Amino acid sequence: MKAVGEPGTKELLSLEELEAAGGLRTGRKHVLSILVEDKPGVLTRIAGLFARRGFNIDTLTVGPTDDLSISRITLTVDGALHPIDQVTKQLHKLINVLKIRDLEPNDTVTRELAMFKVAVEGTQRAEVMQVCEIFRGKVVDVGRRSIILEITGTTDKVAAFEAMLRPFGLIEMMRTGEIAISRGRGET
Amino acid sequence: MRAVDAVMECLKAEGVDVVFGLPGGANLPTYDAFVDGGIRHILVRHEAGGGHAAEGYAKATGRVGVSLGTSGPGATNLVTPIVDAMMDSVPVVFITGQVRTELLGTDGFQEADTMGITMPAVKHSWMIQHPDEIPRSLHEAFHVARTGRPGPVVVDIPQDLSRADIDYQPVTDVKLPGYQPTTEGNTKQIRQAAKALASARRPVLYVGGGVVNAGASAQLRELATLDRFPVTCTLMALGAFPAPHPQWLGMLGMHGTRAANYAIDEADLICCIGARFDDRITGKLSEFAPRAKFIHIDVDPAEISKNVPVHIPVVGDARNVLTKLVAEYRALEIDSSRLDTWWERIEGWRAKHPLRYDEATNGEIKPQYLVQALYEATDGEAIVTTDVGQHQMWAAQYYHFDEPRKWINSGGLGTMGFGLPAAMGAKVGCPDATVVCLAGDGSVQMNMQELATCTQEGIDIKVVIMNNGYLGMVRQWQELFWDHRYSQVDMGDFPDFVKLAEAYGATGVRLTQSAGLIEALREAIATPGPVMVDVRVCREENVYPMIAPGQAARDMVG
Repeated sequence: MKAVGEPGTKELLSLEELEAAGGLRTGRKHVLSILVEDKPGVLTRIAGLFARRGFNIDTLTVGPTDDLSISRITLTVDGALHPIDQVTKQLHKLINVLKIRDLEPNDTVTRELAMFKVAVEGTQRAEVMQVCEIFRGKVVDVGRRSIILEITGTTDKVAAFEAMLRPFGLIEMMRTGEIAISRGRGET
Repeated sequence: MRAVDAVMECLKAEGVDVVFGLPGGANLPTYDAFVDGGIRHILVRHEAGGGHAAEGYAKATGRVGVSLGTSGPGATNLVTPIVDAMMDSVPVVFITGQVRTELLGTDGFQEADTMGITMPAVKHSWMIQHPDEIPRSLHEAFHVARTGRPGPVVVDIPQDLSRADIDYQPVTDVKLPGYQPTTEGNTKQIRQAAKALASARRPVLYVGGGVVNAGASAQLRELATLDRFPVTCTLMALGAFPAPHPQWLGMLGMHGTRAANYAIDEADLICCIGARFDDRITGKLSEFAPRAKFIHIDVDPAEISKNVPVHIPVVGDARNVLTKLVAEYRALEIDSSRLDTWWERIEGWRAKHPLRYDEATNGEIKPQYLVQALYEATDGEAIVTTDVGQHQMWAAQYYHFDEPRKWINSGGLGTMGFGLPAAMGAKVGCPDATVVCLAGDGSVQMNMQELATCTQEGIDIKVVIMNNGYLGMVRQWQELFWDHRYSQVDMGDFPDFVKLAEAYGATGVRLTQSAGLIEALREAIATPGPVMVDVRVCREENVYPMIAPGQAARDMVG
């Protein structure tokens, strides 16, 4: 690497160092997997931190882990808007936060569960069910004038499914937000 | 044992010798325990005064301050000291009473969501849910407050839980799995920093309050003098490097010296130690130190590259890192003569732009001269606290601190009313020191009720009011940036501080003439007991030099 301290330029030295230094906006979605102590107020602390530092949470899911005293929070943040490095470092300062992983997209399996209530009249029902089958979704409830479908998949797949259903008359949609697990033998 | 008696045991085990507080319904049990608790309790007149006193105590001694308040308004009155302590990294444990658990969430009398209200501004907080948790939570609180980057913590104890009978066992094994501050500093990074410093031609050491917190002044001095590095510092770090030292450039930032600001502007390498590139330092961020590369040493990893991208980050305690950096630096071959031209340039700025003001011709007291006179009258040895505003900046410029922990003020939050209670806390912590609160006539009124605490408790502080009858800094900004349109800044000639001091049982003195000011101040300071000196200074003086907000260092005026 170049000698640091040469006069006359403020140019940064290398991408590596820039990354070490943080402040880079990566421009992609980041999935952060955060282990926290299951203590009162922990979600408030995290949500409050995001709010006061001006970071936006795109999705957030919270659930238990195999250890009763520890919960996992999976949240997605837009790396185009926020310096992820600042986000994770600020999160680390919270004392109830035990571990944070910024998951590598290629080494991660992500899933989201979504349910759709679609208005169906007459022959439309069969059409909707056909679309559902193609997306490997499930019909979980059928009424006279509506149908409820369930799908799991990546965020992209869910979005594509939504786009297909919309023309039929989407009454409402519920999405859980992503959960993510790392590939391979190691723990996430 | 009652949980509240366990609280006393915990405080003693943490080495607490004094707490500042005010009782109320929800912390009555705790106050009952103080009767035989063996801990000095100082009864303040307002919880905010108690909180700032605990801060002053912590800043002057380096120990953890403790401040107590009851539920509801007691806790909300502590919010300003809590935020203040967060901004300036002051270790204070705030213990608040809370309503009985059965009333929680019912909008009970004097119920406030203390945890929720304080959450954005604490390093951590504990809501007690079972009386058995009290001892461990308190010890965890002290541990978190004092280690890593210090800061305020809150322990909120519901009244019924504090009355419970618990099986108290001393806690000696505080373990927080999610809290492991990095204090040592990465050796490779430190070596890289040493190399960068050795090859820099226009280096500057930019020092912040982290050096004071870490007790790293000696190490800083060693590093600086190994190679004639110029040193400047933030408002928080005054005294961390001795002001009379030839390598001292003066304070940096909005009202810093030209030499310090110009040096940063032209530097090729800035080594930031325990500071955080605050906007009052950087001015216009995009034009801050445009030619420099940065080394940043800080115990808080989140500060690295928060505002300014850093080339060589070192996360660690300033004393540990500087000790290692000095050792690494000694191992290098240093040619100090490479800095000759840099020092010539700096000397040029110093000669051309010393701190200056026009002396009064009519016998009036110039505010800058008041600080100089105070410096003389105290032989430069006092602990000086201030409020926030013009007087604070003049004190920073003209009282040449040569040791850390002698300069106590509210830097980050800029809290008016901080100085008087902070002086009270500092005096309690350092009973042998001369403690002077230099205040403005506006800000002193925000917590002057604590003068009663001082007279009752025999806390011998000297309050020197720089009285110009204005909210001076706001007036200055209205003059400079708002076309002289003064809006709500004239405080008039109220109150009569001499009579007020006497009403509080203190000594009141009024000084109006420049002649004999040093002797008069010396006499006032030598007067036993709390003294309040009302010094009338010329009214419309401005603090210079100045980098206007959002401007770059080279656009400094005045």
